[in-house]
Amino acid sequence: MTGPLERPTPCELSLHVNGERRTVHVYPMERLLDTLRDRLGLTGTKEGCGEGECGSCSVLMEGALVNSCLVPVLQARDANIVTIEGLAAGSELNDLQQAFLQCGGAQCGICTPGMILAAAHLLHKKPQPTREEIREGLSGNLCRCTGYMQIFEAVAEAARRRGMATP
Amino acid sequence: MKNDRIVGVSVLRKEGRDKVTGQAQYVDDMTLPGMLYGATVRSQIPRGKIKNIAFGSGIAWDEFVIVSAKDIPGKNRIALMANDQPCLAHGAVNHPEEPILLLAHADRHLLPKAVAAVSMEYDPLPGVFTIEESESHSEIIWGTDNTFKTYLIEKGDVDGVWEKADYIVEGEYATGAQEQLYIENNGIIAAFDPQQGITVWGSLQCPYYIHKALMALCNLTEDKVRVVQAETGGAFGGKEEYPSMIAAHAALLAIKSGRPVKIVYDRMEDMAATTKRHPSRTRHRTAVSRDGKILGGEIEFTIDGGAYTTLSPVVLSRGAIHAGGAYYWPSVRISAKAVATNVPPHGAFRGFGAPQSLFALERHMDRIAQVVGLSAAEVRRRNFLRPGQATTTEQIVRDPIDLDKLLNRALELSDYRAKRELFAKENRAGTSRKGMGIAAFLHGAGFTGSGERNLSSVVGVEGCADGKVQVLVSSTEFGQGTKTVLCQIAAETLDLPYEKVEIVQADTNEVPNSGPTVASRTVMVVGKLVQSAALGIRQTLAGSGLLDGSYSAAEFGDACRKQVAAHGRFRSWARYEAPNDVFWDDARYRGEAYAAFAWAVYVAEVTVDLTTYRVSVDDFVALQEVGRVLHPVLARGQIAGGVAQAIGYTLYEKVVWQNGRMQNCQMTNYIMPTSADLPPIRVFFEELGNIHGAFGAKGIGELPMDGPAPAIVNAMEGALKLRFNSIPLLPEDILEALLSDSGRQSEPQPAGGER
Repeated sequence: MTGPLERPTPCELSLHVNGERRTVHVYPMERLLDTLRDRLGLTGTKEGCGEGECGSCSVLMEGALVNSCLVPVLQARDANIVTIEGLAAGSELNDLQQAFLQCGGAQCGICTPGMILAAAHLLHKKPQPTREEIREGLSGNLCRCTGYMQIFEAVAEAARRRGMATP
Repeated sequence: MKNDRIVGVSVLRKEGRDKVTGQAQYVDDMTLPGMLYGATVRSQIPRGKIKNIAFGSGIAWDEFVIVSAKDIPGKNRIALMANDQPCLAHGAVNHPEEPILLLAHADRHLLPKAVAAVSMEYDPLPGVFTIEESESHSEIIWGTDNTFKTYLIEKGDVDGVWEKADYIVEGEYATGAQEQLYIENNGIIAAFDPQQGITVWGSLQCPYYIHKALMALCNLTEDKVRVVQAETGGAFGGKEEYPSMIAAHAALLAIKSGRPVKIVYDRMEDMAATTKRHPSRTRHRTAVSRDGKILGGEIEFTIDGGAYTTLSPVVLSRGAIHAGGAYYWPSVRISAKAVATNVPPHGAFRGFGAPQSLFALERHMDRIAQVVGLSAAEVRRRNFLRPGQATTTEQIVRDPIDLDKLLNRALELSDYRAKRELFAKENRAGTSRKGMGIAAFLHGAGFTGSGERNLSSVVGVEGCADGKVQVLVSSTEFGQGTKTVLCQIAAETLDLPYEKVEIVQADTNEVPNSGPTVASRTVMVVGKLVQSAALGIRQTLAGSGLLDGSYSAAEFGDACRKQVAAHGRFRSWARYEAPNDVFWDDARYRGEAYAAFAWAVYVAEVTVDLTTYRVSVDDFVALQEVGRVLHPVLARGQIAGGVAQAIGYTLYEKVVWQNGRMQNCQMTNYIMPTSADLPPIRVFFEELGNIHGAFGAKGIGELPMDGPAPAIVNAMEGALKLRFNSIPLLPEDILEALLSDSGRQSEPQPAGGER
């Protein structure tokens, strides 16, 4: 938050957010996080630290897990972005959301959107992760409430259900 | 108990769906029309007089709303206990993060430069920054002696005990500050309307604290202040008292500008300026018999309160009462003191003084074991409190608690003995050392002493015409499961499905004051009131002949509809009444300190790498008796989360101070545990029940903060044969202890001459 007092002129830019093409007027060095929250109203993506440590602002960009507080929006031009709002199909929770809800993976909820996206990214890479792979895979996302145990359980549970669904 | 349908079952969290879909509205997700953003100009020195304030060039100051102390309509204080903390410094500053001016602008990106462009000229005064400096009275910075509060707890004849002692064991222990580090930073939105008064929405634990603070600050009547809790992204005590400050600031800017104002701290400001856990120093001098029994002791417990009183007296009280732990002291003298320093006020944090004094005690018990030549388990076993015995405040233990049994079970679950033997062999070689450590402890639930009586909490339950039930409390949800468990209790009492019960948003215009959401009191105390109020609904419907015996949800709904049609809004209220067998003497600090204690034995297994001095906790067993567990998933989540936070307290989280200012106020250099840093945290419960709590529940939230630090450090001592008496212990601290001889374990020395 050390922007110059003379604000630069906004420029026009398009990106695909949750499958929809969106055109926005942005400051070139604006954080993707601010574009999502302030310009597109997608407040499910949270700011925790503003320096890429906590992972609360995690989103998927071209399939990669990124901290949206560290991504200048210009880098996201034409990119495919998935936020927490894009996970559930309509009113149906996706399997990870369901597992987080049932296993106690969400307490205060502030890290939850980023954590669920990190988990989605992990399961995409490793559909049946070991406990160790879950620990490592989520270590970029901080949670102060749960001690992570029930988050691990939620991810393992979602993986188990997926394994059952696709034998 | 067996017939309960909802209590004891892990129903889905009430607000869980909104949280996993990202729909939950936290304060920073809210925007009001015409809203400005506020920022705070803070002191740059720890102590001094403000001579001049200058507004630098290059800023369009006329675009900014500027508030100083002279804009405060009422009293320039944040009303809490002693009312000594200004809302905005006027003339003098007493810590380096003290707010002086407030700025607001429609473009939040313009604020940081404007804040930086304000400069102050001071007459600086010397500051004091540690307990020792404060005690030395080299500078008097608060009152006449730098002391916020003292307590003296005395039981039996301590002075006569020393000559009977076979050993006198002494020790000094210290704990550092800890940042709560909720992932959602503090934030408040305030709006002002000359007719309706002030409304604030925010991330907060205690709506009625803010309500009280704003009335005094803005000179408004009760009905002209409204406080609404937004979804709150973690708190841990860190949003107990400080939100009153932020709400005050946002309210002043809103009054002056006539527009809604949002103040959301960034991480650095939140870490630097808001409260942390009190640093502490505890001195033990204990008389012990040849067979390892405590005969008596003196305990000096001192905490650093920071620049203003805030909640230090109550933190001190809880720490002092817990200083004797889960043991029987035939005689004891506990002298407790909270001192002032020129650092931002320390405040509420899960455990509230108990983690500090229990760290000291549980380290000291291992020291006693060494001196007497007993095992850590055995010395505890010989001193455990038993039912019918009196605590240090002479509260009789009424729980049928069997701490021996709890200890045995924890040792079995952790495979303690076999591992100790194994490690003793393995530790002779290799590049790492392993150890096992125990902590046994208790935690009192609810407010201390006459606290609950003074709070006189009220809750309501409403039967609505559509057959739904609403729970009315000011108790807040910030992750623990308040909403879920209170709805479970109401649903169970009313024989209704969980889905039929809802909880009203914590809004002072809508809900009564059920007390602050602190002190592990919500499920036990507020839950019991919800149970009573719900019972009132049932009894009224039965009394008016609308419902009798067992009924279906539809029949209940029908009865409520008729009741509402005949008499209007159908609400039942319950107010806290102290049990009549509870006695507390505030003057002598004696009696029933808590309505219930939870009991626990924790065991840590650690490895210390001798090359890097990295400590890893490899396994952690947390066994506790917490009364009835009303929601197994939530309860387990509370314990695991508390243990994780306490592992951070012990091994990772170090606040680096310089002249009263936190130097490492970023997540990059203040490190909390990640998922890769933690052991399996294995949580086990014993359930004895509790007559004072809803469906037999006791408090649970703070307990897990108390035990991990001493258990881990006890294990580290076992691994390295080094006596560590302070936390946190980062690799550099361990290296330092290894390089100096001071920490080296010596042969047990009877301190007072063997008899």
